[in-house]
Amino acid sequence: MGKPAVVVDNVSMKFNLSKEKVDNLKDYLIKFIKKEIKYNEFWALQNVNFEVQKGDRVGILGLNGAGKSTLLKVIAGVFKPTEGKVIRNGRLVPLLELGAGFDPQYTGRENIYLYGAMLGYSKKFIEEKFDEIVEFSELKEFIDVPIKNYSSGMKARLGFSIATLISPDILILDEVLSVGDAKFRKKSEKKVLSMFDKGVTVLFVSHSLQQVQRLCNKAMILEKGKLIAYGDIDEVSEKYEKMIE
Amino acid sequence: MKEYVNTFLHYRFLLKELVKKGIKLKYRRSYLGIVWSLLEPLLTMMVLTIVFGTLFGNKDKTFPVYILTGRLMYSYFSSSTTRALKSVRANAGMIKKVYVPKYIYPLSSVLYNYVIFLISLIVLAIVSVVLGIQPTIYMLQIPVALILLLLLSYGFGMILSTIGVFFRDMEYLWSVALMIIMYTCAIFYYPSKLLKSGFSWILKFNPLYCTISIFRSAMFGEMMNMHYFAYALGFSVVSILIGMICFKKKQDEFILYI
Repeated sequence: MGKPAVVVDNVSMKFNLSKEKVDNLKDYLIKFIKKEIKYNEFWALQNVNFEVQKGDRVGILGLNGAGKSTLLKVIAGVFKPTEGKVIRNGRLVPLLELGAGFDPQYTGRENIYLYGAMLGYSKKFIEEKFDEIVEFSELKEFIDVPIKNYSSGMKARLGFSIATLISPDILILDEVLSVGDAKFRKKSEKKVLSMFDKGVTVLFVSHSLQQVQRLCNKAMILEKGKLIAYGDIDEVSEKYEKMIE
Repeated sequence: MKEYVNTFLHYRFLLKELVKKGIKLKYRRSYLGIVWSLLEPLLTMMVLTIVFGTLFGNKDKTFPVYILTGRLMYSYFSSSTTRALKSVRANAGMIKKVYVPKYIYPLSSVLYNYVIFLISLIVLAIVSVVLGIQPTIYMLQIPVALILLLLLSYGFGMILSTIGVFFRDMEYLWSVALMIIMYTCAIFYYPSKLLKSGFSWILKFNPLYCTISIFRSAMFGEMMNMHYFAYALGFSVVSILIGMICFKKKQDEFILYI
């Protein structure tokens, strides 16, 4: 079987939710002296343990606030877990909140280079694939227009086209298969499915059980930051259906 | 260590893109564009020369060169540290999405301003030639001053960018601090009187003044003051070390505050 693609080892993630946001010095000093700084500790994830084997497509199910997105961000390396660690074997591409990293004053063309650089592509690679990106995003006429004039759908399309340029080893999807209009949605789903065929490891968050059943072979359920089920899709989805009743 | 070098090499292109973005966006939508990086210091120099030269009765022909050296170096220090202070928050969108080593953001702020600064040195060269400054062997000291300035700004930039995430007030405090630094840099006055008085420490303990002084020595054909050199270098290295340690310790918490 070889090395697992992702190992999540006893990961916990704590957030301090201060009741009021203290972000200026005066407030902080006053509250510090009065000893009024109180935090509500909130554990978004608690002792989560699992391994994902290469080629597995894992759907992550759970209600709102169960910690699904936090888990994906921990795996993507955006959050550093408070406790525990994550091991990733292979190239990881996160598709989270597409287009949020664009610079609004930059044109589409400039943003392709910027965003590509952020994802760790080389300049040569982006130059080679530039036309492909533009074509897939269907934004040829708008490529030299500043991004601030794009609609949110257009931004998401561009983001998707750049991020899916190469087949990663590990793909992280946070409900992004719902970007753009119906036509683009179909196209993007097709692209993701073609990656599936190449044996990519997938972590997929969705609220739609049908979509998870259709795309994944394994699933897990998170509840209040705890992993309560992990296994084959049929088993887990049965459990999930019972849970949401 | 090797790992650090590898990550840096891997993200070299991103750093280049961020530097390019800083330069491009600074002058986008202005008619004169990058020409402003030459015109702006030239105009300020004229104003300062008129006020502190002509009106105060300073007859020195090379006074504009004196002002320009101080003013260019100060304004680089000021803009790069201010940008670095805001850099983490300005790039929040990226930080929240993809893992990228975060020191790239303050570093790119310091670097893109440095490129603009280097371009604006053309003005200094032109003004020097026009006012008849003779090239001397001492001009070889110019790179010393330029490198010191970069190190100093990077050290301050790292420290400020860390603080800036947690306390927004730092922006305002820093702008006041910059004003104090400006007046204690001897940009538009001669330091001789101050140096002879009991307050000479104000200048001597200002690393930016020391760096400016080295640059001026180079321009006016003198050997640099070795004490200033040692002090400015020591100060820069220490501030970079402090900055890196603070940044490294706190960077994982950034995301919770932006």
